[in-house]
Order: sequence, then C-alpha cells, then structure tokens
Amino acid sequence: MPEAVKSVELEVLRYRPEQEDAPVWQRYRVPYSHDMSVLQALQHVKDELDGSLSFRWSCRMAICGSCGMMINGKPALSCETFVRDLLPGPVRIEALAHLPIERDLIVSVDGFVKKLEGIKPYLIPKEPRTLAQGEYLQTPEQLERIESFSSCINCMLCYAACPQFGLNPDFIGPGVLALLHRYNDDSRDGGRAQRMEVLNAEEGVWSCTAVGYCSEVCPKHVDPANAVNQNKVNSAKDYFLRFLQPKGATR
Amino acid sequence: MSHGRPGTRGPYVRPMRGWWRRDPFFVRYMVREATALAVLVYAIVLTVGVVRLAQGEAAFDGWLRALRSPASLLLHAVLLLSMVVHAHSWFEIMPKTMPIIFVGGRRLAARTIQRAGWAATVAVTVVVFALALWARG
Repeated sequence: MPEAVKSVELEVLRYRPEQEDAPVWQRYRVPYSHDMSVLQALQHVKDELDGSLSFRWSCRMAICGSCGMMINGKPALSCETFVRDLLPGPVRIEALAHLPIERDLIVSVDGFVKKLEGIKPYLIPKEPRTLAQGEYLQTPEQLERIESFSSCINCMLCYAACPQFGLNPDFIGPGVLALLHRYNDDSRDGGRAQRMEVLNAEEGVWSCTAVGYCSEVCPKHVDPANAVNQNKVNSAKDYFLRFLQPKGATR
Repeated sequence: MSHGRPGTRGPYVRPMRGWWRRDPFFVRYMVREATALAVLVYAIVLTVGVVRLAQGEAAFDGWLRALRSPASLLLHAVLLLSMVVHAHSWFEIMPKTMPIIFVGGRRLAARTIQRAGWAATVAVTVVVFALALWARG
C-alpha cells in the first residue's frame, strides 16, 4: 500500500517591491518526502503553487553558495537543510538577515561583491617568476595556515550571522576578511601591504566584537571569526611598526 | 524602510531593533559582554581598598568592615558567579581570537586551548587561596 502523502507548512517572507511597502508572510502547504531539502520544497511551491516566488539557487550540493536563507531564524544553505529535520513545522523561511531584500528570498549582493573586489582576492606574486622556475612549493604547515580560509564559497551566511554587520553595513564583514587573511597569510603571496589598509580601517577587523556566530553557521568550516581576530593582532603590529619604519608598514 | 525613485520601491532593509533576542547565541554573547561589567565592579572594589589602605589603619579597617556587611557578601556572590560565567564564555571564544598554533607540525585543537585556559584559572585560584591562608597564619 502506498504511504499516505505527508505535508508540511512553509511560512515564507515575501517582498514584491511593486506590490508592498514591507515584507509579508505567506503560507504554503507542500508534500514532502524523507529526502526533500528546503530548496526542493521551495521549488515545489514555484513549480506547482505560486510561480511568482523568487529565490536563488544553482548547484543543489552546497558548493555554489547561492541558496543561503534564514531557515527557522538560522542562516543556512537551503539545499543542505532537510525538511525532515524541521518537522512538524511550520518551517519559517526568510531572506538572509542583515542584507537588503531585493525580492522575496533574494538579497542584494552589491555591497559584498564590492568589498570582495576591494581586498584583491588573488595571489599577488612577490616578484615576477618565469615558467622555467617551476611551481611554488608549500610545506604542509604553510598550507594548513590558509586551507580552511580558502574554502569560502561566498554564500554570505556569515553576514547574516554577524550583528555588527547588521548594525553597520560598512563593516567589511567576516567572509571577505577571512578571504583577505587567506591571501595575506599565503606563503606565495606578496600583496599584504596592499591589503593592510582595508584590514586596519575601523570598518576592517576593528568592527568585529568576537560574537563568533559567523564560524558557527559557516557551511564550509572556514572559521571567519578566527581569521578576523588573528588580524586584530596583525593590525596592532602594523600600527606600532610604523613608528619603527619611516614610511610605515602599510606602504 | 523603502527608498528609490518615486513610484518604485528599492531593496527593503529590515530593522535591527532587538537583534540580540533573535538567537540564543546572541543572548549568550550579550551575557559574556554584560558579565565583563562584574570584572570592572570588582576592580573598583579592590581599588577603593588600596586607596583606603593609603589613608591609614582606621580607613582600611572601615573598608574591611564594609566588605563583611550582608549587602557586600551578596554583591560578592553575584560578582563571583558573573566572573565564572564570564570566564567560561571567554574561554569558549578564546581559540578563535588566537593565531593558529602548531605543535610538532600539527594544529593545536581548540579544546586544548580552552582546557589550558581553565587549567591556568584553577592554578591561579589555588595559589591565591594558598597565599591568603599563609598570610592568615
């Protein structure tokens, strides 16, 4: 005998700028199976119940970083959050906290992308190197110093977890600062001086008050809180070094 | 809040009011921050003691008597509890505030750093109690 179809209620925060001044909650009842993710539940809504519901998604396997949202108040990737773990519901779904809502579950990423560009998130070689010189070599320890921080997928869950970013959107924020550290601490990189200005600013590491929730919610175990707080030490060293070096340590 | 051209609405920015009540994690963070005030209060109490000591024996004895009052004992019970909570919450975040430490080529685990913090706390407490007992003779 086929199993009776079970269903769960979703409460989704909707914002259609052409229609309403402020977001409103809307309820949907969707059938679910044991292996259904919250993303699939939303796709069911869009395909079968209400085609106007907007949300981002791409890979469905927690690597593209597109489908982050608040699920029952916690920042999470909807593709790796399962309906079965949220029973009996209702499951409350809202756009990522602290970020401006463009439409429904879609947030504005403009500020994040601009900050990301600002830190030069790529290796800047110390000196020109020819192919004939071969590849860069790293010790396991040199790799371990940066490996976890290089796992960032730019999903912005850490921004939704950071009240300091919510209170001050100019704060560079956990994800971008973790990537800044990932390049600054790379033994192959020579671009540290170019990035210290961002790091030393009040909107840099000093806006962090070590809440630590960013590291809790990170789906890739990047530990941005550690990256940011390590750099409070680096920033303080940089500040005092300028008294020893005539031109300062940043330039 | 909405902005943008008249007749159109821009991205919606949600208010932050009451943010720290939204998640138990934020409540624990606020407890860590609030209990730091207990450390400050205790530092003030001790500073007053030093000032009274400089003012002479009578003044210092008055400070000692004040410490033994029921109100002071209650305050110190609250301060002690707050300090323990603060220490716990601080050691919890401590591994995230430190550079990565390598011992024998391996990364030192967060739990080891937290335990080291508690071990240092216990050691200092024992030394302080031992000194206090020794001073009383």
